[in-house]
Amino acid sequence: MRIRRVLIANRGEIAVRIIRTCRRLGIETVLTVSEADREALPARLADRTVCIGPARPAESYLRAETIVQAALGVGAQAVHPGYGFLSERAVLARLCEEHGIVFIGPTAAQIAAVGDKLAARAAAGAAGVPVVPGGAVGCLSEAQQLARRIGAPLLVKAAGGGGGRGMKLVHELADLPAALELAAAEADAAFGDPRLYLESWIAHARHIEVQLLGDGSGRVIHLGERDCSVQRRYQKLIEETPAPRLDERLRRELHAAAVRFAAHLAYRSAGTVEFLVDCERAAFYFLEMNARIQVEHPVTEVVTGVDLVAEQLAVAQGEGLRLAPDAARPHGCAMECRINAEDPARDFQPSPGTVTAVSWPGGAGIRVDTHIVAGSRVPPYYDSLLAKIIIGGPDRARVLTAMRRAIECSRVFGVPTNLGLHAALLRDPQFTDGGVDTGFLARHLERGAAARECHGG
Amino acid sequence: MTLTAKDVAEIARLLEESEFDELHLEHEGFKLTLRRGAAGQRPVAQSAAAPAAARGMAAAEVSAEREPHGTPAAAAVDGVRRDVPAPLLGTFYRAPKPGAAPYIEVGSQVEPDTIIGIIEVMKLMNTVRAGVAGTVAEILVPDGALVEYGQVLLRVAPGPPL
Repeated sequence: MRIRRVLIANRGEIAVRIIRTCRRLGIETVLTVSEADREALPARLADRTVCIGPARPAESYLRAETIVQAALGVGAQAVHPGYGFLSERAVLARLCEEHGIVFIGPTAAQIAAVGDKLAARAAAGAAGVPVVPGGAVGCLSEAQQLARRIGAPLLVKAAGGGGGRGMKLVHELADLPAALELAAAEADAAFGDPRLYLESWIAHARHIEVQLLGDGSGRVIHLGERDCSVQRRYQKLIEETPAPRLDERLRRELHAAAVRFAAHLAYRSAGTVEFLVDCERAAFYFLEMNARIQVEHPVTEVVTGVDLVAEQLAVAQGEGLRLAPDAARPHGCAMECRINAEDPARDFQPSPGTVTAVSWPGGAGIRVDTHIVAGSRVPPYYDSLLAKIIIGGPDRARVLTAMRRAIECSRVFGVPTNLGLHAALLRDPQFTDGGVDTGFLARHLERGAAARECHGG
Repeated sequence: MTLTAKDVAEIARLLEESEFDELHLEHEGFKLTLRRGAAGQRPVAQSAAAPAAARGMAAAEVSAEREPHGTPAAAAVDGVRRDVPAPLLGTFYRAPKPGAAPYIEVGSQVEPDTIIGIIEVMKLMNTVRAGVAGTVAEILVPDGALVEYGQVLLRVAPGPPL
């Protein structure tokens, strides 16, 4: 079936991004907007908007019934969920399936399968993909038995979801009962699911993920990896490809393992398998699968020349995978910096407001995905992402140089941003050397704080 | 200057004689859309109503169109009429079931808790109440149309019918 009209159930830069590809392909776009987003850039770019409710996401962007009703009402054949919001809630995919609307993403069953972290761990095991030592725990004695076997330090994690919620680091086994209790309460509140599991804590790990495309009948290709180790409390800040200083054999194994996992599920559409790579042991473990287009997908697009949203649309309308595995081989390097409206000096507090003036970098090899123009409001209800600056080039050194210049010539007035932090990170010798672990950003910030205290005292 | 019924009739005649299918006119916050025939994707208001006609909105192809970016608390027309906005997105029905008499017509008296229609979201029927007291002056959305959150469904003039 040919998709002629798509309902985009999202906002911000990803809405702009999806509209751009739809326009190129001659597909009409209808954008759902909350009251706070009626005047935003995506609303002005879409062919039509429908207001689905008040600003608060729970009353608008998180209402699956309203979104499907809107799709039916405007005669859209398909719904693109973007990322966040309902993109990984099986309920939207299921409602679409029930009402004959194409969900541009995986099946509801696949979303449910990878959304349950324990089920995903089991699937990884079945697909022959290594998982972090650990497992499900029902009662305290079971947990203590497992904890003694894998040893401290270990992580208590929630089966129902990720993002750091319901997650506790346990340094001493004596602290386990209290951590379990706290994690269960948090997980229950955040995901309505108190189930927990334990995982061994890997002190120095890199976060490396593999971009995949599946046709839904078992054919899966990978489009290389992205290193997302520069993160703070599981919020990624800089992503790049290829992962620097990664053993070539390990890289190939990561790619193959990701493809195996997705093929095992007969995964449909674009998805990402995340791995923890143990720097000391040159081992890797399955972390989770993200069943959606990701924030950092342009990094892959820049080095492969593939428009991932266009491929999602192709799979959704039954064209299958149009790319031969070799056609998607990456060339050169790419890096992305996420520019957020948050204040690193005030513990990364989100800083909503109105952008009075803005200037993004431009030129050859520079891509800026943004929804922010002069006068744009940054409402307090949504994430603080303002723009993604993506640079491609023949090698990492040149990409780094170009990114430093791009960050330095970016200007955002009206709201505090993390542009200054990016400038500092891009000059941090550990980062410029490449191959940092997930603790790098925290250490960088601590050093900065210590230096300021020295100067102040 | 305000538009009279005669002005609108004259504009409609001009459109009729022109080669255009559609005419949009905005004047001091008042917006007039004229369309040839019944074509057009947007819901066309039923405005054969007497009070509306008295305000210069005669002719079947005349419709008052909502500002695309209006808010639920849109300014009252003439500073007197009150908008009744849709409390949620869905399919608007004027009657409790197909073939039944509509909850309200132009000229109906409403109280704040008077049911004025139903909005269906995925088979879930939500009753919509007027929220204000007065006389229904205009009904802006036809039966069975998709309404957005905040879209004006009808306008209510204060007090009993003239």
